[in-house]
Amino acid sequence: MNAAIAVPPPDARVRYLLRLADTSLVLGQRLGEWIGHAPAIEEDLGLANTALDLMGLARLLLAYAGELEGRGRDEDALAFLREEPEYLNATLAEQPNGDFGDTIVRQYLLDAYRLELLERLAGSADGRLAAIAAKAAKEARYHVRYSGGWLVRLGDGTAESHARVQGSLERLWPLTRELFDADEIDRAMAEAGIAPDLGEVATAWSRRVDATLREATLARPKDTPYLWYGKQGRHSEHLGYLLADLQYLQRAHPGASW
Amino acid sequence: MYTQGLNEQTGRPVAAEATEDEARLRAFQARIDAEEKIEPKDWMPDAYRQTLIRQISQHAHSEIVGMLPEGNWITRAPSLMRKSILIAKVQDEGGHGAYLYSAAETLGVSRAELIDQLLSGRAKYSSIFNYPTLSWADVGAIGWLVDGAAIMNQIPLCRCSYGPYARAMIRICKEESFHQRQGYDIMLKLARGTAAQRRMAQDALDRWWWPSLMMFGPPDAASMHTAHSVRWKIKRFTNDELRQKFVDFTVPQAKFLGLNVPDPALRWDAEAGMHRYGEIDWTEFNQVLKGHGPCNRERLAERRAAHEDGRWVREAAAAHAAKHGARAAA
Repeated sequence: MNAAIAVPPPDARVRYLLRLADTSLVLGQRLGEWIGHAPAIEEDLGLANTALDLMGLARLLLAYAGELEGRGRDEDALAFLREEPEYLNATLAEQPNGDFGDTIVRQYLLDAYRLELLERLAGSADGRLAAIAAKAAKEARYHVRYSGGWLVRLGDGTAESHARVQGSLERLWPLTRELFDADEIDRAMAEAGIAPDLGEVATAWSRRVDATLREATLARPKDTPYLWYGKQGRHSEHLGYLLADLQYLQRAHPGASW
Repeated sequence: MYTQGLNEQTGRPVAAEATEDEARLRAFQARIDAEEKIEPKDWMPDAYRQTLIRQISQHAHSEIVGMLPEGNWITRAPSLMRKSILIAKVQDEGGHGAYLYSAAETLGVSRAELIDQLLSGRAKYSSIFNYPTLSWADVGAIGWLVDGAAIMNQIPLCRCSYGPYARAMIRICKEESFHQRQGYDIMLKLARGTAAQRRMAQDALDRWWWPSLMMFGPPDAASMHTAHSVRWKIKRFTNDELRQKFVDFTVPQAKFLGLNVPDPALRWDAEAGMHRYGEIDWTEFNQVLKGHGPCNRERLAERRAAHEDGRWVREAAAAHAAKHGARAAA
């Protein structure tokens, strides 16, 4: 990295880490809702695997964000005691599970994004983030194989499954725009060599997604204007309920240890 | 878990082995007596096969239904570490279910058939899972008591005469003992926590103690299958023996937690070197077994809904596989 590059303020780095951590945590929380209710035992196991990896990644990132922030907040303080506007996950991650097709579409779109992002973050100028991302990228390769495999099976399965999953894709597609719409923080991170250029991630993601959609015989929906700002703390209505579940015990018993 | 329901006859009466060839039967029993493992392709009496199918599938069903009460707390687990442990635990139960169904399949029955028996209400699963999980402490109590009781039941099954079942049980027992310690760790943290947390822990013990004792099945005098199963080395200890072992093992753990076992008759009999415990309410046990427990309907309804909601997904996977196979063959 070039020494002339401005080092971004710690607050921006913390916020960037929280975006990654929260997307992982919220998505893992959603997958946790499935366990015991999946279409087959193998899918209970598969979704649980991904949920566990996402939780593991969230914990590493939250712990790091907490240290960098320097206000004494550990992974649980950050996970359980922040409110909706302080959560910085991508809005797509918090969308309800819906049916298995909705879950698979949400998962695949995010897994493909996470893989492209994490592979590049493995070369981050931030050594600790790079190490975390390198480990997580290996896991994301399995995740994308799982969700992509299911997307193909559902898209290229029966007429019913094709129609259902095409519908899921249409509903969730507008939420992908946020992932690649670089704001001030994304740009500052890219300039500092901490994070990749989002345009580059978008191109790689698009190529990957197009190939899978072709195999799944699904049509890529049209892009719509960007409406979602979860990564800036402005969410859909769904996050509040998710956090109410997630945080209930910590809120009901302040200061207790578990 | 979870072999308690097997004391309840569910299918047709097992065929009288008198009709089987006497010499083959004697040779079979000799192999069992010599502690040899019976393998899927070996000859076995039909009654032995039916007993195992019933027992293994009930065990598998229990694992699958058992995912629900604990899964109930995945989204609300109080720390990210506890959440991860709980997800992994419930996932283990799903895994146990999957390989127990596979073990049952070696006896000539399909997983689809067995799942159909569960969903139609013809098959039994451990009645303990028909109780609700009302607080986080219940997750601890299930690990500590329910998995603890399961281990007591299952360790002897690692030496069961049927090879595939015995081998499945070795892995399952290792994981269950891990779960038991995790459950106890949850209880310990609560017992040493705030007054509200201690109340939560005591309340969970109050509700789970008696159902846990019932997990070992009816008293020996009333148990229908013990004699046969013991002779075939499917079962190596009686229900009452295992129950006693569990009580002796668990009461000191409750003391260490500073919690009260909800049994006024409980006392240490120094002469006999064992705990004496109060009368178990077998009326409740039978009611729950017959479908009148607090959550029987909910649990089955949830399993049925998951199965029905997943039908289009399974059909899509089958259709895709068929197309893929056809394309590969072309």
